[in-house]
Amino acid sequence: MFGYYLELALRSLRRSPGLTALMVLAIGFGVASSMTTWSVFRAVSGDPIPWKSSKLFVPQIDMWGPSARGSDGEPPDALDFADAMALMKAHRASRQSAIYAVSPSVVPAATGAFPLNVSGYGVYNEFFPMLDVPFLYGSGWSAADDASRAAVAVISHTLSQQAFGDGNSVGKTIDIEGRDYRVVGVLADWNPQPIFFDVRDTGGFSGDGPDVFLPFDRAIAVGMPNDGSTNCSVMPAAEGFVGLQQSSCIWIALMVELDDAAAVTGYRQFLDGYAAEQQHAGRFAWTPNNRLRDLPAFLTFEHVVPRDTKVSLLVALGLLIVCLINTVGLLLAKFLRRSGEIGVRRALGAPRAAIYQQFLCEAGVVGAAGGVLGLLLTGVGVAGVGLVLPKRIADLAHIDLSLLALTMLVAILATLLAGLYPTFRASRVQPAWQLKSN
Amino acid sequence: MDILPILSTLRRHKLTSWLLVLEIALTCAIVCNAVFLIGQRLQRMDMPSGVAEHELLQIQVADVTTPSNPYARLAEDVAVLRHVPGVLSVASSNQVPFGNSSSNGNIRLDPAQPERTLNATTYFGENLVPTLGTRLVSGRDLQSDDFVDVETAMKGLGNGDSKSLPHVTLITRTLAERLWPGQNPLGRIIYLTPVVGLRVVGVVDSLVRPNAYDTAKAQYTMIVPLRMGASKDQSYLIRTRPEDRASVLAAALAALKKADPQRVVTTQRSFDEVRRRFFQDDRAMAGMLVGVIAALLIVTALGIVGLASFWVAQRRRTIGVRRALGATRGNILHYFQTENFVLATFGIALGMVLAYGINLFLMSHYELPRLPGAYFPVGAVLLWLIGQVAVLGPALRAAAVPPVVATRSV
Repeated sequence: MFGYYLELALRSLRRSPGLTALMVLAIGFGVASSMTTWSVFRAVSGDPIPWKSSKLFVPQIDMWGPSARGSDGEPPDALDFADAMALMKAHRASRQSAIYAVSPSVVPAATGAFPLNVSGYGVYNEFFPMLDVPFLYGSGWSAADDASRAAVAVISHTLSQQAFGDGNSVGKTIDIEGRDYRVVGVLADWNPQPIFFDVRDTGGFSGDGPDVFLPFDRAIAVGMPNDGSTNCSVMPAAEGFVGLQQSSCIWIALMVELDDAAAVTGYRQFLDGYAAEQQHAGRFAWTPNNRLRDLPAFLTFEHVVPRDTKVSLLVALGLLIVCLINTVGLLLAKFLRRSGEIGVRRALGAPRAAIYQQFLCEAGVVGAAGGVLGLLLTGVGVAGVGLVLPKRIADLAHIDLSLLALTMLVAILATLLAGLYPTFRASRVQPAWQLKSN
Repeated sequence: MDILPILSTLRRHKLTSWLLVLEIALTCAIVCNAVFLIGQRLQRMDMPSGVAEHELLQIQVADVTTPSNPYARLAEDVAVLRHVPGVLSVASSNQVPFGNSSSNGNIRLDPAQPERTLNATTYFGENLVPTLGTRLVSGRDLQSDDFVDVETAMKGLGNGDSKSLPHVTLITRTLAERLWPGQNPLGRIIYLTPVVGLRVVGVVDSLVRPNAYDTAKAQYTMIVPLRMGASKDQSYLIRTRPEDRASVLAAALAALKKADPQRVVTTQRSFDEVRRRFFQDDRAMAGMLVGVIAALLIVTALGIVGLASFWVAQRRRTIGVRRALGATRGNILHYFQTENFVLATFGIALGMVLAYGINLFLMSHYELPRLPGAYFPVGAVLLWLIGQVAVLGPALRAAAVPPVVATRSV
């Protein structure tokens, strides 16, 4: 029976090719534009580490006091050296790492090569397992390396190729800022977007991933200056990088891993206790004003997702709705015109269900055709976002299987829904009345 | 044209008519809001910088090893750059307009006040006003004896020696107007910390901050006479003639490389590029919205074409009868055009209400400003036009129906 209805549907659609083309176009257009915008939105708001983001937290401590707070009463969004070190030393989370941006020069091993300026971070050993950083060769360093300020480094695959050529470079020596470091790990391609452990410096998105990771204490000890942004409420009393470490200027990101709600509550209490202790010691002249946001909340707080992206998604959804209304109108116009045909079928004994089947089949064909067109247009749209969007965002917007499936599903569901009312109307046509009037 | 017969016809196609009205209303509402969003983006992208953008180049270099005397190094570099043919003026600065990376300070008008008055950005560097090309509107420019080495200033801050701190500053007109509305800002003091009081000696017309995200605060800018040493964070700013930019940039890079082949150039760009890069997200969102609006209007137009064609086909016999009774082709054409106009008007009226509602929703959820009234007529005219263009084809087909159709049986 289904094959017969399909044949009927195709024959009916062929009879009014213009109207059919319009319906298919409307669906294709609506699906494609909302899906394209959606893929971009998902790309920029995408959770960079979805399997773990709810366990990663960013502690904020108010070391500046009420005078530097904005109207929202928020504490600074990063830490100064003293507080970052105190929180690291307390080690109250299952894993934790202070993070600061460095930009050292690296001299490749080949003779006569020019020095490269690379970007990287000073981090602790727990950074790598905490963020599930993938390694191509080797691994991160050990807690002992952190403690002894060992001259070890984790480098990106790109930097490894630039400095040593192809192959495993673990165990080789690399010249960073004029000092020798032993490579202990080479990253597999790792460039999470948004670059969630350093949103203050990058705004969330950066082109190439980090090239080098060094033990935090080691980088501090050799005076590798902070390459990230520094905010001060009071100018540092002493100059240079050492002055920065003694100041209350903020330049260090801290991320901690807390496994369950109890750990979160515990850490919150610890932060408040710490701030109260500082207040007691006379360092803070105000009551504790701390925050402990999980990663998605912190990214929202930092406006990593441009707010217009969300509005633009609404606009695209609006477009989809308009397309659906359009299709409902056109299908309605088409189906209500066929009351004569329905009358004949009903008079010959077709039950209402059969009419439903026939017309939903026709709507489904339109939907599937619209979906396929929408799919093609989505492909064109996603490939075309590179023309209007910055490369770093456009690179993230791509079609994947779930997007593909969703596109098809939305198209067919939408048309079936759009076809439902006209079918309802059509199947209620009184056969006798129709036959008489003809 | 009599409108009553049209209304009574539409009443017989209630559902399809309402769907069309609804479609037009939604399109109208979305277009109004989207055009408004685009307008906002474009307005932001036009944000004035206050500098001679088409004449400026930015270079940043990083040393592999820290120079023993960064101040001397900086002075040498500036001297080298000044001798490059085509260079009109050279400055060094800790930051550049629209450069993103910025140094900011909380300022107070009274050293004892507990809360900051506002947060302003601070440019440090010599020769900035003539090189950037920002106009001095009152007072004087910074002079070389105003300048203090940053190292000296830090020491002074440490041991409380106010002599080794900078004492004067330039501010923008906007900042002056914000701090002392309607008064003469010259001679007034701004406190960066309780001990660092800077006397305003000059006001520049306009100089945007590197991190101009909030339009209202984009011009909260000070130029402080601090001399910085050479480092990778310092930018060399070169002013040249617009047509010489490419050749001067190449020559300047060659001259710097010649002075020290070991260092790495980290940034080399014109200010057009700085602006392009700073506003690339705005441009992207505007482009995206233009695309969606275009798609929306196309879809709505297609919908109108479809329904109008359907109605024309359905009414062939009626049209034939009217033609046979003496209606001209023009009458038939106008009938369908008026019908579309009536539907569009209903849609637009509903769309205005919707547009306002959507704007209220966006205002409360996405911190967007109120939709100005001027955007409503834009949406209305656009949809009337789209409607008329879309209905023209079907209406012409209707007008072409010959009177003889009336005599044919169905």
